[in-house]
Amino acid sequence: MSFLTLTNISKSFGENQVLQNMNMTIQEGEFVSILGPSGSGKSTLFHLIGGILLPDDGDIYLNNQPITGKKGFISYMPQAPSLFPWRTVIENAALVQELKGQKNKQTAIDMLTKAGLAHFLHAYPDELSGGMKQRVSFIRSLLSFEPLLCLDEPFGALDEFTRLEMQKWLLSIWTEYRRTILFITHNIEEALFLSDRIFVLSKRPANIIKEIKVPFTRPRDQDLLFHPDFLQLKKDIYYLLQNQKENV
Amino acid sequence: MKQLASTSWRPILVLLLLFIAWETSVRLFHIETWLLPSPIAVIKEAVISWETFSVHLFATMRLSILGLIIGVLFGLCVAIILHRMPFLRKAFYPLLILSQNIPIIVLAPLLVIWLGFGVLPKIIVIILVCFFPITIACLDGFRQTSSELKHYMIMSGSNKRQLFWKLEWPHALPSIFSGLKISATYSVMGAVISEWLGSKEGIGVYMTLSSSSFRTDRVFVAIFAIMILSLLFFLLIQLLEKLCIKGNRKKEST
Repeated sequence: MSFLTLTNISKSFGENQVLQNMNMTIQEGEFVSILGPSGSGKSTLFHLIGGILLPDDGDIYLNNQPITGKKGFISYMPQAPSLFPWRTVIENAALVQELKGQKNKQTAIDMLTKAGLAHFLHAYPDELSGGMKQRVSFIRSLLSFEPLLCLDEPFGALDEFTRLEMQKWLLSIWTEYRRTILFITHNIEEALFLSDRIFVLSKRPANIIKEIKVPFTRPRDQDLLFHPDFLQLKKDIYYLLQNQKENV
Repeated sequence: MKQLASTSWRPILVLLLLFIAWETSVRLFHIETWLLPSPIAVIKEAVISWETFSVHLFATMRLSILGLIIGVLFGLCVAIILHRMPFLRKAFYPLLILSQNIPIIVLAPLLVIWLGFGVLPKIIVIILVCFFPITIACLDGFRQTSSELKHYMIMSGSNKRQLFWKLEWPHALPSIFSGLKISATYSVMGAVISEWLGSKEGIGVYMTLSSSSFRTDRVFVAIFAIMILSLLFFLLIQLLEKLCIKGNRKKEST
């Protein structure tokens, strides 16, 4: 039994077909990345799962329940931190809980404290660094307690060093809370470092050209980034994506 | 307080110089008081006639505060309704602008003919003057809500009501306050105009009585009173704004 299932999903905007017959199954507790070139319709896929777009064709199931076109079943973390500037860190983190009508400030405080934000609970977002903002944004999405976490290129705007820090942090948090994560990225290294499985997308109209099971054991640390197997896989995926471009 | 003193000394100095120039030229050219009274004469008159004038002042204050509150509530309601129902916005937005093209001076006597000499026509005049800045500021504030945050809210499963109260409303607050400042200063003028229509008390009444008996010094007392009252309203709104707007909102404007 699978946790999230996409069957034959197609979506076009006018003449422009973005997704073509996409099938995907994800097991509970998995960390799955969707890797593809910019403009390959990765975000559209999230909008479909999030229910703010309807597919032209195909269905989406979460725990065997159809959720096609239904909102509020996923935790979402966008590319930009999207924190509300008039809310303090703690108020921002509690936002999704408010939407669901639950209030549990203590959990929010605990999680923010663990994320190293204890001194910033009552600070406003403009007082935080880029990495801190993303941490708050991630904690906010964790606090919505939906079992599926959709992260849309969350570290795309960060510099190399901060990004690695954030990736390690994300892995540690993930091992602790064990949610199912669907992670969008265009960074091959990031996908390999974080995920259990990777779906490589083609250019538009996007479908899955390859599914890669990442063989490395957890916990992973940054030495893995220089391991020959890691580099070999990175190279394979790189050429896979490049050939794709040449074929088009 | 210190900050207030350090920022406001410049305009106060300019005002002071202006008064000095006025005072000296009145003295120098021997201008008659009924033509142009000197500022000192105006202040003297204000002190002497305070007892009778204060009655008019407080009447106008009451009227303009009442009118302002109703006008602001009306303006906010119109903005929220037009925002929530885009088809209404398309139909009514041009009419809103037209409503501001009606000359109040002409409309006011008509309102008296229709509704009598009571408070109602006066309040309507003030509402008409006050609601427009609020409504426009509010609508613009709602419309400029960051699409990024909106997208996040919708993806997180927020409904329309939550989207409005948790995002659009707080996001529009700074522009609403800009509208409020304009409305608050207009409300005093609106009240004075409405009092010209016929009223027992108020700065408007005091003004017409004074000018028809060539008591120019009293007319100036009324003018100064209106200016000070408007300024007070403005400062009050500014104080409210400081209390209501949390976080640093500078980044949003970029």
